[in-house]
Amino acid sequence: MASAEPGPSQPVAPIQILYCGVCTFPVEYCEFGSHITRCKEWLQKEHPPLYDKYYSEEALQAKLGTLSLEAQTKLEEDTAKKEAKAEKKADAALKKKMASQVTIKRIERNKRKYVTAIHGLEAFDVDLKKAAKFFAQKFATGASVTKNAQGFDEIVVQGDVSGDVVEMIEDGVGLLKGVPKDNIVEVEEKKKKGGAEGA
Amino acid sequence: MFKKFQPSIDVSGQTSLKSSVQRSIRSNILSHWKIDVETLEQIWPKKEPLTLVKCREHISIYSLHGEPLFFQHFDGPFFPTLRLLHKYPFLLPTVRIDRGAIRFLLAGAHMMCPGMTSAGGYLPPPESALPAGSPVAIHAEGKEHAVGIGLTKLGTEEIKKVNKGVGVETVTYIGDDFWAVQSI
Ligand SMILES: [Zn+2]
Repeated sequence: MASAEPGPSQPVAPIQILYCGVCTFPVEYCEFGSHITRCKEWLQKEHPPLYDKYYSEEALQAKLGTLSLEAQTKLEEDTAKKEAKAEKKADAALKKKMASQVTIKRIERNKRKYVTAIHGLEAFDVDLKKAAKFFAQKFATGASVTKNAQGFDEIVVQGDVSGDVVEMIEDGVGLLKGVPKDNIVEVEEKKKKGGAEGA
Repeated sequence: MFKKFQPSIDVSGQTSLKSSVQRSIRSNILSHWKIDVETLEQIWPKKEPLTLVKCREHISIYSLHGEPLFFQHFDGPFFPTLRLLHKYPFLLPTVRIDRGAIRFLLAGAHMMCPGMTSAGGYLPPPESALPAGSPVAIHAEGKEHAVGIGLTKLGTEEIKKVNKGVGVETVTYIGDDFWAVQSI
């Protein structure tokens, strides 16, 4: 384990290590994760030689190491259990995700001046910063990610673009793909003081 | 340390570090890790400012362009992040746990002495013994890469002698909440 002493003037090159595309672990540790079936499929498809290295008959024999057979069986049982649990959890998370709302709020700033606040996109794995940029470009206006009063991030776009945003989500444009249109809630926030009749 | 960690909740603020502070971090790392100036320069070029990300419970994360590189608890020793250690495995001295202990570690448990003194385990030989309170890379039997980073609770010779109870406290490990933080 003793490392080679780094040379006097050459920096030591970093080791490139392959992290699993499914569970993010170094691939040799997938067996301890909660997605082993999917991990194996991924590795077999993306890196067949490594798949053989880690999951061939000999590899499976060799890795037992000092672990007793019973302990290994126990480990495999645990892994299977963990996997089932993780799957269940993922299912539940998906359900929750599909139920989470995206609110599009038209806020009146001044008479005839609006901003549009979009909240909840992150639940559908939308990168808020990227989405803000995307809106800014699309509508040729300003858009930013800010924390709202509740402390949650939301995208605020200058101008009333609520209708367009709804349409874009319905059409699944660009990075808004995957946001279910049934989860959209449109809200209108009028200026508090005075009648907002001229709108 | 990072069993429950959520940047959106646990980070209290970010600041750019003064160059005097950066200098002292650099010299601290150079004197405590097995690393030479050039390699550290490659990881963290002098011209580029480190950002201190202050977190709850006195955890400080130091990041470069959003990538966490080092962290520290109170004013304790500097640790590399596990991903940095994977790139430069020589940064910290090594202990190894046996295969049976891996799943406990990955559940966040501290490492018991027997898991390191058994046939599948490894502790440094007496001539390179480590005192208590040393940052260590935790490797695992049959695996190439470190599974976690720990802090020795007992000296390594003491671990061999006592051979029960916690020998190494687990600081971070593959799959914990800090592992999930690839940019901050
Ligand atoms: Zn995996």
